[in-house]
Amino acid sequence: MSNIQELQRKLNYDKTFDCVQCGYCLPACPTYETMEKETHSPRGRINMVKMVAEGKADLEDLQEPIDKCLGCMACTTVCPTGVEYGAILEGAKETLEDNQQKSKPQQKAEDFLFGTFFPSSSWMNRLGNAAWLYQATGLQKAAQALKLTTVAPLHLDKFEKVLPKQPSPNERKNRPQRVFPDGPSTAKVAFFTGCVMDSTFYRINEQTIELLRLAGAEVILPEAQTCCGALHAHSGKTKKSRELAMENIKAFEQEDVDFIVNNAGGCGARLVEYDHLFESGSDWHARAKAFTNKVKDISEVLVELDGLEFTKSVNRVITYQPSCHMTNVQKVVAPPRQLMDQVPGLQLKELNNPDFCCGSAGIYNIVNYEDSMDILDRKMEDVTTVQPEAIVTTNPGCLLQMKIGIEREKAGKHMEAVHLVELLMEAAPTSKEKTTSIKR
Amino acid sequence: MEKWKEALTTFIPKQQIFTELADRYSYSFDGSFGEFLPDAVVQVKTKGEVIHLLKVANRYRVPVTPRGQGTCLSGGPLPVKGGIVLDMSQWPATIEVIPDDLIAVVSPSVLTAEINKAAEEHGLMYPPDPSSAHVSTIGGNLAENSGGPRGLKYGVTKDYVIGLELVTPEGEVINTGGRTIKNVTGYDLTKIIVGSEGTLGVITRATLKLVPKPLAVQTLMAVFNDVEQAGKAISKTLTSGIVPSKMEFMDQACTIAVENYKPSGLPVDAAAVLIIELDGHPSAIQEEAEAIEHIMVELGAVNIKVPKDEEEAANIWHARKQVSPAIAKIKPTKVSEDATVPRSKIPAMIERLEEIKEKYQVELVVFGHIGDGNLHPNILCDKRDNEEMERVELAVGEIFQAAIDLGGTLSGEHGIGTMKAPFMEQELGEVGLEMTKRMKDSWDPNGIMNPNKIFPEKGQKLVLRNE
Ligand SMILES: Cc1cc2nc3c(=O)[nH]c(=O)nc-3n(C[C@H](O)[C@H](O)[C@H](O)COP(=O)(O)OP(=O)(O)OC[C@H]3O[C@@H](n4cnc5c(N)ncnc54)[C@H](O)[C@@H]3O)c2cc1C
Ligand code: SF4
Ligand code: SF4
Repeated sequence: MSNIQELQRKLNYDKTFDCVQCGYCLPACPTYETMEKETHSPRGRINMVKMVAEGKADLEDLQEPIDKCLGCMACTTVCPTGVEYGAILEGAKETLEDNQQKSKPQQKAEDFLFGTFFPSSSWMNRLGNAAWLYQATGLQKAAQALKLTTVAPLHLDKFEKVLPKQPSPNERKNRPQRVFPDGPSTAKVAFFTGCVMDSTFYRINEQTIELLRLAGAEVILPEAQTCCGALHAHSGKTKKSRELAMENIKAFEQEDVDFIVNNAGGCGARLVEYDHLFESGSDWHARAKAFTNKVKDISEVLVELDGLEFTKSVNRVITYQPSCHMTNVQKVVAPPRQLMDQVPGLQLKELNNPDFCCGSAGIYNIVNYEDSMDILDRKMEDVTTVQPEAIVTTNPGCLLQMKIGIEREKAGKHMEAVHLVELLMEAAPTSKEKTTSIKR
Repeated sequence: MEKWKEALTTFIPKQQIFTELADRYSYSFDGSFGEFLPDAVVQVKTKGEVIHLLKVANRYRVPVTPRGQGTCLSGGPLPVKGGIVLDMSQWPATIEVIPDDLIAVVSPSVLTAEINKAAEEHGLMYPPDPSSAHVSTIGGNLAENSGGPRGLKYGVTKDYVIGLELVTPEGEVINTGGRTIKNVTGYDLTKIIVGSEGTLGVITRATLKLVPKPLAVQTLMAVFNDVEQAGKAISKTLTSGIVPSKMEFMDQACTIAVENYKPSGLPVDAAAVLIIELDGHPSAIQEEAEAIEHIMVELGAVNIKVPKDEEEAANIWHARKQVSPAIAKIKPTKVSEDATVPRSKIPAMIERLEEIKEKYQVELVVFGHIGDGNLHPNILCDKRDNEEMERVELAVGEIFQAAIDLGGTLSGEHGIGTMKAPFMEQELGEVGLEMTKRMKDSWDPNGIMNPNKIFPEKGQKLVLRNE
């Protein structure tokens, strides 16, 4: 195979032809909005991939447009012809990664982050996982020592401020691997803990398990599970990402469950697409398919189990910042709103443009800090017009980002950011008396 | 750096001038065919910047191609001769509705749908509704004289412009028209600029006419087993004293494509489906709806659906909207034409299209705004297949010829640009084309404004193939 053919294959050149350059995606793209040029629009990015694949431009020219893409997939939701932008983006990232075409600061920052915090196999070891962001803040110093901050300012101090209090190692150690509902169990679910969630937002994971239990589910936490691999894929580390997928598929095959539940929009989006990582017809593809068929967001499962009753009024005005990956990849839009609707006293005021990314986007807000803050500021303008007492999110990255947003607006006195799960717990949920059960 | 680039920077902020390859490629295309690399992309945000740029471009003879959001389907914003792509899309968007005068004054970058939204807040409406209204700029709409389904009753963009501010190719500012509905002072420069595809200058402000928003709308869907019968039913309706706001047509290939793409309950065994919308006073449109139902049945409609509520109506229109993406699934490349014929010639045109499809063995489907004779014959093909594209080129040429033969026109809404330029003389005649060209030359003595559009180069042919 010639070099150009090989390049075209890697860049998913064929898929770029699905784009008819209609521009329907322009108004949906946050980076087109903030960076104000077509180069940073979906249509522009797809065209650049095509130009590189045709040898009209170099990989080097592709680097910035791809680096600055949030991967929020808002473009895919509005695209009338169903362009597989996700695949095009990943192909471009992988090609750039393989050719080491990333901008130096970004490359260094990513190497540092992946080399230091992200999962080695011991990462998800529940005893050993000190919060990566805690490490990160501590490692701000290490980074400085490595002279990294001079090439890539990581702004880690900004993140430190907004992190929640951590549980003691003992608490982590004593978490049970399996819990049962008080009454008869109506479903058996496996909980995907997620690495950032489980480290940084450990308590929200605890609350998630409790909600599932109260809703009538037996909950297991498969021990061998690992990182979902989303951040790796977003950085072009496709091979590693696939390995992680295989580990997870294996871990969740151990026991027959009704659902594989997660509470992180970004992870969920990766998990539901595991089948895309394997060749159709292969054994792994079939195993992945069996896995993805069961993957659901916590909100979907709670709506489906319909086992909760909220006993306390939460008299607050809130707004909802949906996770892009939940909306655009998992296509989970209604369930979180249905749940909030069930909470007595709660008043949900929608944002003008809820589907506009908050700018968190995996590690985007670390490696592209300034760009991310431009996007966040747009989001906060929208939030400010709604004047909520709380911003509800469904993904750890968004949660952190919204906390930073509140900090930037100096609105911390009258506004907070919470995960949907926290909000539901605030409404004192109890088990509903039920007669029906899910067929197993 | 070239001298002209340097000269630009004396007035235009550097961060609005792009010369990197990635940026230039990002403005090298539109919604049609071909890609042409500009030497620079310049974003303008004020009238002063446009004036400066055009003066510089004139001095150094650099071609300038205005661009809105690049959704054009005929090659209008392609920098065919290189030079500068003048990106209008980042101009601050302003819409000022003056309800008492029923007008709106807008900046060129405003997205068309936003104008209608702003008008609605005052109980008014901006009728032109190209399906790209939510992404395309009013500047682009004015330059292309765009229209949509509502054209049947309300007309197209040109019917709603009463005043323009334009920077001429030589960098002077003119204001045409005004704020009054009636205005017969001198030549109607406004109408010459509308539809000029960026060849006569840069539109920097527009005054648009608004109309009261109709109180109610009613949708109907009629199904026919025979295209000719459908054609007759359309004529009968339009001569019965009723003017529907929209009258859309899709052929069997389209309904099948939609049902394969996103099942919407369309009848796949029918030869033709008509979707009609009435608007006006609730009691009036109820009577009209009954009258239309009657006509349709009388002329052979095998089924009529009158949606009971807004949701059902929305579903029908949603199905209509799916046609474009659905047919794109047939084959990757979509050559979308908008040849338009007098309404009485619709059945004849559909017959000609059928023949063309047979003759060149191309995947040709037909839908469109049939009430005003504006059909969208679409050929689905594969850009990468040269042999097929050659047949497509010939088929397209014959579609244009058929439209002209039947007393129609090359383009009902998408414009001429590069794609249809080779066919201009066929429609305008030698002298007609020459007179138009003289006008262009006197507006733009140095030929810098959007060169190679509308006017064919000697021997220019339609080319849909790469290289
Ligand atoms: C999916 C799809 C559906 C469409 N549906 C319709 C439809 O229903 N009806 C219809 O009529 N069209 C339709 N179009 C075509 C297109 O959207 C219109 O022609 C639209 O008006 C182009 O606007 P734009 O802002 O994208 O302009 P561009 O495509 O960027 O430019 C169009 C032309 O306008 C010129 N121009 C732009 N701004 C200015 C300015 N300020 N001053 C002078 N010249 C200027 C450019 O030089 C160019 O010649 C459709 C296109 C797509 C992709
Ligand atoms: S909406 Fe889809 S087809 Fe249209 S330009 Fe964007 S990616 Fe391409
Ligand atoms: S994924 Fe998001 S940021 Fe990237 S091109 Fe699509 S809409 Fe824009």
